Amino acid sequence: MSHAELLGALLPELVLVLAALAVLVVDLTALRELKPTQRFLGGALVSVLGCGVAVVLVGLGNGSVNLLDGVLILDPLTRVIKITILVMGVCTCLLTSGARLPANAGEYFCLLLLALTGLMLLVSSENVLVIFLSLELASVCLYLLAAFDTGNPRSVEAGMKYFLFGATSAAFMLFGFSLLYGLTGHIDLRQIAGALGPGTDPLMLVAVVMVLAGFGFKIAAVPFHLWAPDAYQAAPIPSSALIASGSKVASFYVLARLVFTGLGGTVAAPGTNWLALLAILAVSSMILGNLAALAQSSVRRLLAFSAVAHAGYLLIGVLTPGGEALPALAYYLILYGLTTIGAFGAVALVEGRAGHERLPAFAGLHQTAPMLAVCLLVFLLSLAGIPPLGGFFAKFYLFATALKAAPGNPILLGLVVVAVAASAVSLYYYLQVLKQVYVRPPGRTGEPPLSRMATGAVFVLALLVILLGAFPGALVHVLEAARAASAF
Amino acid sequence: MAAWSIYISFIGALVLAFLPRSRVACARWIALLTAVAGLAFAFTAAFPAGAGNFHELARHDWVPGIGATYLLGVDGISLTLILLTGLAAICGVLFSWNVRERVPEFFALYSALIGSVYGVFLSFDLLLFFVFYELAIVPKYFLIAIYGSTRREYGAMKLALYSFVGSAMVLVGLLAAYALSGGQTFDLLRLAQHPFPREFQMWAFPLVFVGFAILAGLWPFHTWAPTGHVAAPTAASMLLAGVIMKLGAYGCLRVALTLFPRGLEPWGFQVLAFGSWQDVFGFLGAMGIVSGAMVALVQQDFKFVIGYSSVSHMGFVLLGLVSLSTVGLRGAVLQMFSHGVIAGLLFGVVGRMVYDRAHTRDFALLSGLRLGQSLPFAAIIFCLAGFASMGMPGFSGFVAELQVLTGAWHAFPWLVMLSGLGLVIGVAYTLRAMQKAFFSDASGVDAGNGHAVSLDPEPVTWPERIGALILLLASLAVGLYPRILMDWIERGLATPVFDALRLGGLT
Repeated sequence: MSHAELLGALLPELVLVLAALAVLVVDLTALRELKPTQRFLGGALVSVLGCGVAVVLVGLGNGSVNLLDGVLILDPLTRVIKITILVMGVCTCLLTSGARLPANAGEYFCLLLLALTGLMLLVSSENVLVIFLSLELASVCLYLLAAFDTGNPRSVEAGMKYFLFGATSAAFMLFGFSLLYGLTGHIDLRQIAGALGPGTDPLMLVAVVMVLAGFGFKIAAVPFHLWAPDAYQAAPIPSSALIASGSKVASFYVLARLVFTGLGGTVAAPGTNWLALLAILAVSSMILGNLAALAQSSVRRLLAFSAVAHAGYLLIGVLTPGGEALPALAYYLILYGLTTIGAFGAVALVEGRAGHERLPAFAGLHQTAPMLAVCLLVFLLSLAGIPPLGGFFAKFYLFATALKAAPGNPILLGLVVVAVAASAVSLYYYLQVLKQVYVRPPGRTGEPPLSRMATGAVFVLALLVILLGAFPGALVHVLEAARAASAF
Repeated sequence: MAAWSIYISFIGALVLAFLPRSRVACARWIALLTAVAGLAFAFTAAFPAGAGNFHELARHDWVPGIGATYLLGVDGISLTLILLTGLAAICGVLFSWNVRERVPEFFALYSALIGSVYGVFLSFDLLLFFVFYELAIVPKYFLIAIYGSTRREYGAMKLALYSFVGSAMVLVGLLAAYALSGGQTFDLLRLAQHPFPREFQMWAFPLVFVGFAILAGLWPFHTWAPTGHVAAPTAASMLLAGVIMKLGAYGCLRVALTLFPRGLEPWGFQVLAFGSWQDVFGFLGAMGIVSGAMVALVQQDFKFVIGYSSVSHMGFVLLGLVSLSTVGLRGAVLQMFSHGVIAGLLFGVVGRMVYDRAHTRDFALLSGLRLGQSLPFAAIIFCLAGFASMGMPGFSGFVAELQVLTGAWHAFPWLVMLSGLGLVIGVAYTLRAMQKAFFSDASGVDAGNGHAVSLDPEPVTWPERIGALILLLASLAVGLYPRILMDWIERGLATPVFDALRLGGLT
């Protein structure tokens, strides 16, 4: 390994860090005298530019790279995930124009870009120490982003809650990692896997459970989901969007890596089937998430509980043996991320107008903002899993590969049955929102125009959700090929 | 060409969705044109020699990664049903000529619904089939929730959830079948030829059959149907009863019976005199016939009578499907067509001709209006449609129900007698509704509330007349000369998709 090689592999992350610094500098110099909206626009432009360059750099790379025994891993599937995270970052930047935020634009985008850097590093490592460090880098930035609206006590509360839960979960995770290190003497996932073998060491079980608990917080699976509704509801909306999409995508990808390359081998022995634990998390997330969402009148909280339910569906992909479901998991993550960020964008626009995001704020949206109403229809029905939208195919693909990988496995079949039944429940609450949008008359008219940039971003996202759902063949092909070329 | 009936409907829906709100007349004509074009394209499948045999319409790779193809085709059964869809679509537009609010949106949702229905009937790839099947849920929710009447939001949500739960059950069975067959294809023909293990079919069959049959009004999961029909605007209830319920029955026939024919075999033990799923579903079908008819007999709301009569008539379809005899299956398909036409007509008369003028459907109030004198056309049409619905010879219902009962006689003689009872009650509730709504001698004041209702003086319009005549003629034509459909249906039932079913003891 030469330093040039390391530099080349880390170039996208470096670009992001440079962009983060550039945003600060530009905001302090060129944009200092301008109005807040213009400062946000300038900051968003610089950040989008940085993300764009990073996307190109990630896209240019090919083949598999493994530096320093798994400290830095680059393979085709990881690249796809990295591009996804960057695209979500771009969307988050665009959404800031529609949201109400305090004036310090430079800091907001700087934190955003650093969070993205953390997420990028997170998905490209097999070293538990680097995983932990990059997760913390991303998380600390996200805590601050959640609490960014310092004038709004609820935003601060959301940040605080997110921070307390997140810090606790990080402690759990670190404890688990340290036990793994103590057991094996390694911090690289593959070496840990080799040293553990199929064992019944109770200490190993403790370690695994600790690690899973830590990830449970990150992906907001029941019973570790308690922070999600509050954080989603009260944080500035672009922050919520990033927490719900980018952070979740990265965490899930790393969880899959942990299970498939790291700890999966330990399951072989009877009595150590901690995958059953994950199955319980999945079932309780699906059921509780969907049932709790039924009772919500705040659309952001509704989306938070729907995110909990989706974490449950996604866990099926992690539970499918041998990583067969990785392309399906990646497809689901991509679509889920795009849909969620779009839904939050649409909610942000409505909230910017009505001042709140409870159900009545959406009444009559089909008259006051027809295009936005259509976009919301697309996002929510996609989350419910109605064809031909992306969310339907994501679910279908995930469940089909899960069953195909283990046709006779009663646990997977049971999980799929619960998931399909739970998504039938979910249609009810998504339709509750859409009923406001399309059936109820508008409360008042003559409202201020919507931010063009955010509306455009939401529109493009809706188009993507439709296209990826109706013509999933191309993306599926890319993901299958990437999986075949990646060392999972 | 028949595949274009799908595309033209969706194109029409798109055009209508982007039409300015004020272009009301324009929207109506575009919708009518779309519906006529859809029927015309559907008709192109009827003319080639050997119409009724399987013809492939389109085959493209869709998601090669999981083996899904964009495979459209048409055989005699699909042909019968797309013609029904086309007829119902045209008449639905004609009966909605008086919709006043959010007109372009109404017809956009309507055309999208029609497009997905065509899609279901023409798909021969299971995933594609399922996509179209679920796609139909959304427009029908909005059609009812926005434009409906009595408890529309409740009725719409109930319908959407029942449909979605049904399709969730179907999805589970479908995923399991896909995984078990090796996960290579969703091609209906190839899946139908795959020998699934008997134990698997034993649980997959009832799951998928019930999943579809919920939408076909299977007793006791039928309760969405009356509330949904009553809540829906006229055109939507015509489509719901006329076409949407057929989607469920078609799914039972095309997917559940062909993929899992061994699920109908005897269990090998008896529970309460039921020895197989065939017995169970035959019984539920007959229960639907009788209980639907009995409940219809005591309704006070005109539309509820028709709603429950739909449940009763769809019971014949389900009974025919599980009779496992060629005659019964033929009868079931013919009954789908027949009920689609007759129910559409009845809902058209009740919803458009009567309710839109009298603004009530309560028999107690209607009986004072002497509708027989003020709306003679409506009265005549309702009488004829009512005779057709009772199973009067000369109309399509007679041929269809007779075949179902003949076919089912072997498998369930007792249930056939029970269903005969249902027919008799059918005569009773139809005559009762006819008498109360059109030919009553009661005074013009409602005894209970003491307020009189008045009738809008608007005479029956031309679109209504044309729509009613089209449906009536369709029922008469099939009733007098059933061969026009029977040849197609027979050929459709002889296609290789039904091979496994034939091996499984179809008589």
